[in-house]
Amino acid sequence: MGDIISKELGIPVVSGMFPENPGVEMYRKSMYIIETADSARGMGKAVPAMARLLLKLLKGEKIGLPAEEGYIERGLRINKFFDRMASERCVDMFVKKLKGEPFETEYPMPVFDRVDPNPPIVDMAGSTVALVTSGGICPKGNPDHIEASSASKYGEYSIEGFDDLTSADHCTAHGGYDATYADNDPDRVLPVDVMREMEKEGVFKKLHNKFYTTVGNGTAVASAKKFGAEIAQKLKADGVDAVILTST
Amino acid sequence: MVKEIERAGLPVVHVCTIVPISLTVGANRIVPAVAIPHPLGDPSKPFEEEKAIRRHLVEKALKALQTPVSEQTVFND
Repeated sequence: MGDIISKELGIPVVSGMFPENPGVEMYRKSMYIIETADSARGMGKAVPAMARLLLKLLKGEKIGLPAEEGYIERGLRINKFFDRMASERCVDMFVKKLKGEPFETEYPMPVFDRVDPNPPIVDMAGSTVALVTSGGICPKGNPDHIEASSASKYGEYSIEGFDDLTSADHCTAHGGYDATYADNDPDRVLPVDVMREMEKEGVFKKLHNKFYTTVGNGTAVASAKKFGAEIAQKLKADGVDAVILTST
Repeated sequence: MVKEIERAGLPVVHVCTIVPISLTVGANRIVPAVAIPHPLGDPSKPFEEEKAIRRHLVEKALKALQTPVSEQTVFND
């Protein structure tokens, strides 16, 4: 919304987000985003910073660097005149680096954490496929108490003998969306019924007898990374060939 | 999670509702789903029709897993 308001109406927009919020990567170029804490507790600090920045924008005052104003770096380059030539500044930085002293780069390199796609499955009929979800599907009653938000763990559960997930045996632990539909028919998030059908038809060899689940709602990227790495090792150890990961 | 599974060497397809998030997260094979509270279903439809929608999405996911990709790819219909 902020993106459209600033672009189409030309009204200055200031937002506040926790740096791990996917919205940061998507919109930091369109608006100023003040760095906030990961919960409402940080509002006391974030709101005055947002107001300060917005007032500056309204008055047409010069906006300082991200660290001065408290906003998340926007990835914009602004021309600036220095008294000293680039070559001098560069050598200065290099000398500091050699001495192990702190220095500040004038152009931080972007960090891209991308993983190349794996080669496709050639023999699907001979493959074992596993289901993983961030949609919080778990055995009814959520036996491991996976949190409805900011999950600190994931669950590993057997679906041996299940041809269909129903409200009698499974539910979702996920907060933040209306759980009625997932609770009434968990296949809407974890498609065990269709996977079983296709397994019987021989589309693939086997549906892995365990599924892995966590809640994606507000979960820290570091936690998700750790869950993913652990789950992957377990799947590999169990001889799984491919994974379908569902997210709400 | 999806990226770590890929990093471990397993081909993975992300069936998800909010495609821009999946792209930001770094999934390579993406199949857009129905809606946040019911990504692989549609409670407004009769059960058989809903199941056909689910089946179609799973078929697309399996097809994505069998498709060579060199960059992030969204598998639309």
